[in-house]
Amino acid sequence: MVVGASAPLVELRGLAKHYGEGETRVDALKAIDLDLRPGEVVGLLGPSGSGKTTLLNLVGCIVEPSGGIMRLDGETVWDGRWLRPDLRSLRLEKIGFIFQFHNLLPFLDVAENVALVLDMAGAPRAAALARAHELLDYLEVGHRKTAKPSSLSGGEAQRVAIARALANHPRIILADEPTAALDGERAGIVMDLLRKVASEQAATVIVVTHDEKIWDRFDSIFTLRDGRIVSTVSPRAGG
Amino acid sequence: MNLAIRDIRHHLGRFLLTALGLGLLLGVVLSMIGIYRGLVADALALVRMPAADVWVVETGTRGPFAEGSRIPGDTRESIARLAGVTEAGSLTFQSLEAIHRDRKLRLQVVGWEPGRLGGPPAIAEGRGLARGRFEMVADLKTGLAVGERVWLGGDVFTVVGLTRGAVSSGGDPVVWMALRDSQVLQFRLAPAPARREAARGTPPSGAPDTINAVVARVAPDASVEAVVAAAKRWKHLAAMTQDEQETILTRSVVEKARQQIGLFTTVLLTVSTVIIALIIYTMTMDKIREIATLKLIGAPDGRIVGLIVQQALALGLIGFSVGASLIVSVKDHFPRRVVLLPEDAAALGMIVVVVCLVASGLGVRLALRVDPATALGG
Repeated sequence: MVVGASAPLVELRGLAKHYGEGETRVDALKAIDLDLRPGEVVGLLGPSGSGKTTLLNLVGCIVEPSGGIMRLDGETVWDGRWLRPDLRSLRLEKIGFIFQFHNLLPFLDVAENVALVLDMAGAPRAAALARAHELLDYLEVGHRKTAKPSSLSGGEAQRVAIARALANHPRIILADEPTAALDGERAGIVMDLLRKVASEQAATVIVVTHDEKIWDRFDSIFTLRDGRIVSTVSPRAGG
Repeated sequence: MNLAIRDIRHHLGRFLLTALGLGLLLGVVLSMIGIYRGLVADALALVRMPAADVWVVETGTRGPFAEGSRIPGDTRESIARLAGVTEAGSLTFQSLEAIHRDRKLRLQVVGWEPGRLGGPPAIAEGRGLARGRFEMVADLKTGLAVGERVWLGGDVFTVVGLTRGAVSSGGDPVVWMALRDSQVLQFRLAPAPARREAARGTPPSGAPDTINAVVARVAPDASVEAVVAAAKRWKHLAAMTQDEQETILTRSVVEKARQQIGLFTTVLLTVSTVIIALIIYTMTMDKIREIATLKLIGAPDGRIVGLIVQQALALGLIGFSVGASLIVSVKDHFPRRVVLLPEDAAALGMIVVVVCLVASGLGVRLALRVDPATALGG
């Protein structure tokens, strides 16, 4: 693990988000400062409405911040305005997403679901499929590469989703409740995989979770309440 | 990686069923166009059969198809002697209903002088008239066979030949008989009215030598308009060119039916457009989560638009092919002629493509407005 050894992959300075104006204004996030370095696996905890998903959406460049500065992988992407006109290409290049319900495309087989990301980035079909097979083998679901997502178990589907998130070598991986639909054993396996990926690919993994059984797998857990980070603990460091 | 084809394969049964339903609808549109064309073709079939250049009818009428026309039988000789006329023929036209073998037989009877202008086109089976009286040539659509004997107006006629595709503007099959026979059929009084006319002192006339029209062919180097003008100098006659006669038929006789079918076809096309738009919109709605996921992981708009537009085009073209194949295979079983022209099918195909592109606009609009954040959470 390379925590603290290199420049942050995610740098947030006073990042804020509010919805509405005047009496109807809701401050979903208030001046968040955060540095996340390569190899870190962090959790975002908090009750509903605390701002976890908003923070994930902001880092994922899905929602426009209301203020602050955001740097991803060394590039300033928001400084009062988006500095990249095409946010989708930014996501394709830098960010991998893992969803609670996997969100695999049902009309593509497992390998195609993974290769799609590379295909969209312009990779030749053969190279995209080769990378997909490599990732599926790495995540130990290579034997299901021709299966349709509907025939996968929850654990298999989540591994395929992780493979898809990694396909384009992103250095920031955002996971929304990735273990919510899994039992304790499978949830542990998925978290171990994310740790392995973060470590071996020098990536940062941000996980939104309510799942207590995986809390000990994070380097840091940030608890949010009313749009602020109210506590930070480091379970693996004993703190 | 073509997402549209992958998605179609994934829902192949549902997609094909939808295309089949759309195909039936487009088949109805195509059949309406064919019926429309058939109506015009039927209307013009009879008037085009003599291959005449000039029609001479009773003055003040637009006969013999749009209005009644009665002119003396010797008019043919007068017309035949006009400068530029190479041949002329006397014609009678009469709609008739007879009972034959316990079934109703609606016929368009044409009387003409064998050997002169106005007879049946190519004989498909049997021969033309030879004996002169009590023989007839009938269209195959009558269901009659060569040698069959039919009671018409108190006389028995023998079918000696058959033609193909000869119908009136009302769709009734045509039969040809000798002019004298047709005059008897049209003008001879039944015994009771004849006795009444005799009691009133009207001289017995039998069947007068009256005809409905004279058709004439004009030499290639002569002017049709000049012949028409010359014929019009007789105060009891009116004359018109072949084109004018065809215009009367299409603009007067079948105009309302043409408009009716044309309007219905337009309504059907509009309904088809709405249905295609709704199908594509629903297909897009079903994929909202997938589209949100695609956007979230970085798919460009072109990829998402391509998914919807390609599926819309595939649906339309498969539906059109199904509809066209269906109508081509059943068109001969329609009671009236259905004329399917390649240019009509091509035009409808183009309209379907345009309709699919326009209709997919709704789905594309929906897809482009999908929030990628929809992919997150439950």
